[in-house]
Amino acid sequence: MTMSSDSSVEVRLPSRLGFEKIAMSTAASYAKQMGFSEDRIDDLKTAVAEACINAIEHGNQFKPGISMGLVLSMSPGELEVKVLDDGNGLDKPPSPEKPDIDRKMSGEEEARGMGMFLIQALVDEVEWVPRTEGQSFVRLVIRLDKENE
Amino acid sequence: MQTANKVSQQQLTGASGQAVTALRYTGDISSASKEPVVGEYQSLDKATHKFILLDFKGVEYLNSSGIALVIQVLMEANKAGQKISICSLTPHFIKVFTMVGITKYATLYADEAAALATL
Repeated sequence: MTMSSDSSVEVRLPSRLGFEKIAMSTAASYAKQMGFSEDRIDDLKTAVAEACINAIEHGNQFKPGISMGLVLSMSPGELEVKVLDDGNGLDKPPSPEKPDIDRKMSGEEEARGMGMFLIQALVDEVEWVPRTEGQSFVRLVIRLDKENE
Repeated sequence: MQTANKVSQQQLTGASGQAVTALRYTGDISSASKEPVVGEYQSLDKATHKFILLDFKGVEYLNSSGIALVIQVLMEANKAGQKISICSLTPHFIKVFTMVGITKYATLYADEAAALATL
């Protein structure tokens, strides 16, 4: 774990399924310290877990020698979480659609593939940033002023 | 790092006298849980197990890959004319299951007692 500043911390985690739970717990600890409610922390935990699973599966393709990065940055009223991987990222910004349960039930759509939708639905801001220099990442933000919305 | 997922079966009776098969999960429900979630459901005789209750009380971690396995169970149950009910999700996962549309094909109950009272 690296402290980048008083308000920022970076963690490197193995690209192995299950380690998203460490990322979840770390982000939850930060959010709790900032005064977020339990239900908002639960939202953040799911969003962080899904972002990490995407990084492990698609970005780093389960390669054991490549780690996934988690950067947490606190600023007044908001918590920013970046999940970094070594993939190229997405060609264009995605606009995840609400899963169509009827299509999933009929087999026309895969049962999987809900992660990006959940991320977008559960946090206040999300941005998928392709690799330019360094690593590609997804950036999630939750804000204290959205607590009661 | 992943907590092993276990499942157990129990035969219950609903308030209307219906036989209800409870599948109780513990631990993590993720992409590694195909056997306990889908496999255990498939081991049930579809002709005799018409009412199935998926109990999440002991679940510590659930992600979208795990939810996809639940959808797979719903798909098969729907084709076989079985009724699936779900109980003991946390308020957060009640919200998530509702967001992804699962409530169209399965009824969510606060706990086992609430489920049995209406089955």
